[in-house]
Amino acid sequence: MKSLQELEEIRNKTRESVYLRKDRAGIRVVVGMATCGIAAGARPVLLAFLEEIKKRNIKNVTVTQTGCIGVCRLEPMVEVYLPNQEKVTYVNMTPDKVSKIVSDHIVNGQPVMKYTIGVDGR
Amino acid sequence: MELYRSHVLVCEGTGCHCSGSADVIQKLKEELEKHQLENEIKIVSTGCFGLCEIGPIVIVYPEGAFYSGVKSDDVPEIVSEHLLKGRIVKRLLYHDHVTEAGIAKSLDEVEFYKKQMRVTLRNCGVINPEKIEEYIAFDGYRALGKVLTEMTPVEVVEIMKASGLRGRGGAGFPTGRKWEFAHNAPGDKKYVCCNADEGDPGAFMDRSILEGDPHSVLEAMAIAGYAIGADQGYIYVRAEYPIAVKRLTIAVAQARNLGLLGKNIFSTGFNFDIELRLGAGAFVCGEETALMSSIEGSRGEPRPRPPFPALKGVFGKPTLLNNVETYANIPQIILKGPEWFASIGTEKSKGTKVFALGGKINNTGLVEIAMGTTLREIVYDIGGGIPGGKKFKAAQTGGPSGGCISAENLDMPIDYDSLTEIGSMMGSGGLIVMDEDNCMVDIARFFLEFTVDESCGKCPPCRIGTKRMLEILERITQGKGKEGDLENLETLAKNIKASALCGLGQTAPNPVLSTLRYFRDEYNAHVYDKKCPAGVCHALLQYTIVKDLCTGCTLCARECPVGAISGERKQPFTIDQDKCIKCGVCFEKCRFNAIEKK
Ligand SMILES: Cc1cc2nc3c(=O)[nH]c(=O)nc-3n(C[C@H](O)[C@H](O)[C@H](O)COP(=O)(O)O)c2cc1C
Ligand code: SF4
Ligand code: SF4
Ligand code: SF4
Ligand code: FES
Repeated sequence: MKSLQELEEIRNKTRESVYLRKDRAGIRVVVGMATCGIAAGARPVLLAFLEEIKKRNIKNVTVTQTGCIGVCRLEPMVEVYLPNQEKVTYVNMTPDKVSKIVSDHIVNGQPVMKYTIGVDGR
Repeated sequence: MELYRSHVLVCEGTGCHCSGSADVIQKLKEELEKHQLENEIKIVSTGCFGLCEIGPIVIVYPEGAFYSGVKSDDVPEIVSEHLLKGRIVKRLLYHDHVTEAGIAKSLDEVEFYKKQMRVTLRNCGVINPEKIEEYIAFDGYRALGKVLTEMTPVEVVEIMKASGLRGRGGAGFPTGRKWEFAHNAPGDKKYVCCNADEGDPGAFMDRSILEGDPHSVLEAMAIAGYAIGADQGYIYVRAEYPIAVKRLTIAVAQARNLGLLGKNIFSTGFNFDIELRLGAGAFVCGEETALMSSIEGSRGEPRPRPPFPALKGVFGKPTLLNNVETYANIPQIILKGPEWFASIGTEKSKGTKVFALGGKINNTGLVEIAMGTTLREIVYDIGGGIPGGKKFKAAQTGGPSGGCISAENLDMPIDYDSLTEIGSMMGSGGLIVMDEDNCMVDIARFFLEFTVDESCGKCPPCRIGTKRMLEILERITQGKGKEGDLENLETLAKNIKASALCGLGQTAPNPVLSTLRYFRDEYNAHVYDKKCPAGVCHALLQYTIVKDLCTGCTLCARECPVGAISGERKQPFTIDQDKCIKCGVCFEKCRFNAIEKK
């Protein structure tokens, strides 16, 4: 080890891959993955989120799945939680909608209203 | 960087390893591949979570779902339900982890963890101990960097003194003062050693730290090396800890690879390297002078002090020896400051202490508490109380060198000085809980038997004296105790304490003295009434048949191995006390509770 900076680099690089075991705050993306969601194509959506987040090197986002969110005909559904904000629910999700949600909502904090059924609506 | 949406942490500490965690990991790999999840979900092997009794333990993040007793057959369900569909498998959750509504609580809400304070165990069960990067991600080696680039050795010693840290290996000697002696000792070659011998029966604190967070010890040893002016360290670890040895070996290699051990660390000109020395597991080798001669390759026998190791230790050079848990505190003291550390605990005992909780307790396992926590909180809140609703009788701390804490002291804040005051000691951290079914004379006999076995035989008070004490205790438990036995025990104990060469002999009488102090009635009952009130000492028991309850079913008479029971069908039976060998078979077999054990 030559310098503190070198240590700091390793720390930063690995920190992102382990933070999900410690602080639970931050942004959460929850994909509905019950049987109906999977049938409706939720997995490609979930993978697209992972891909996009990795590509943009965004920190502090966890992507999880949940059981049935409740409205099967609107599946695949995705809920995005930003700290101190109401949850936003996206419906009829497809992988090609993901990039816009990540850039507008997750990065810039502006929900993509046209993909929702209304903020916190059900 | 790889991004996973979920981490599955599987404990690979010794406890969980024995209950099959390797199979669980293997099965997890297969199932993840089957569902094509291997690029989304990461499997992480960790060290001990502290609840070894109910292992293997699996935790799934980000939800923090805490599964216990996971078998490889349970894995498909976890993968297809939880990891694929996001439905937590409730039947596998740790029982206290489910709220009444059936929802998983967060880990800090679980009673077992709620009253704990994890300082030395903070990374255990969180990081993969075989990946140095994960230790670094949780601030690892920053303390070493800070010390080497910003502080003088004297400043480091001053921080240690200001923190109030005391040795966790048993005696509780102030760590800062020990570092100061070693720093001031003249000589250009010095050594830093780590005591990972852990010979106290039932203790596994140090093992868990080495298995779960080995780098914290390496980092602390390097800091110590800088503070006292040493460039070489030795870790003395028992060979019976294969997983700890393996993880330490990996950790040393990785640290060398990144240049965190070796030459010119952080380009400061500071050199430090560490080697392992495996011990054969003799209790006496944990004693500092015996440990040092064992490191040198000689027989592990204690030698008289002075000279103290700080002046003449390994190879006759000034040597600093600290315990594993002592070291594990140090990087955090440097990073968070001595004031932070000194704010935890009691006036004279700062920080936390790890205990291996065992015996008659619901949650056996590893717990770390702030000094000053009461025994009642440990036993009832963290430990979940005593099985079967039995009554607490005493707890033994300090293992074979310590003593017992009786029920009257349940509410005393635990620290070095309060324990010494009541005739026990902190010891290295074994904490064995006893209930009303434990006989205190038998407990004292058990610990003394251990020390007699482990005595190295070098000095007569220990070699012969402890043997004499054991003989008396054995007589007492066999119902052959006589007038004067208890007084003889006390005299012997005093003499051995005063004249034995090393700590093993000097502390060996403690369990006897402390049980005599708090449970003298029980000793008297054995010696004078020939009774064992707890019903443990076989020879003192008597089995009798209660006439009114006996239906004359003949079962006991047929089961008795020596034909001591006789009677007529449908009439009360009787036991011939001269023939009875007290095997207890009749007591267990009688379906009418007609046989009494007293
Ligand atoms: C018989 C005997 C066994 C000991 N066993 C251990 C042990 O297993 N681990 C340990 O750290 N200290 C043990 N000690 C205490 C050590 O001699 C020494 O005090 C300690 O390692 C110093 O480290 P510390 O100041 O960090 O506690 C033992 C002492 C005696 C007398
Ligand atoms: S006190 Fe016991 S263990 Fe210690 S040197 Fe004497 S005989 Fe050996
Ligand atoms: S087994 Fe019990 S009830 Fe039957 S004869 Fe023996 S003591 Fe009496
Ligand atoms: S204790 Fe054993 S030996 Fe004694 S009477 Fe009962 S069965 Fe027979
Ligand atoms: S070894 Fe797994 S919890 Fe202790």
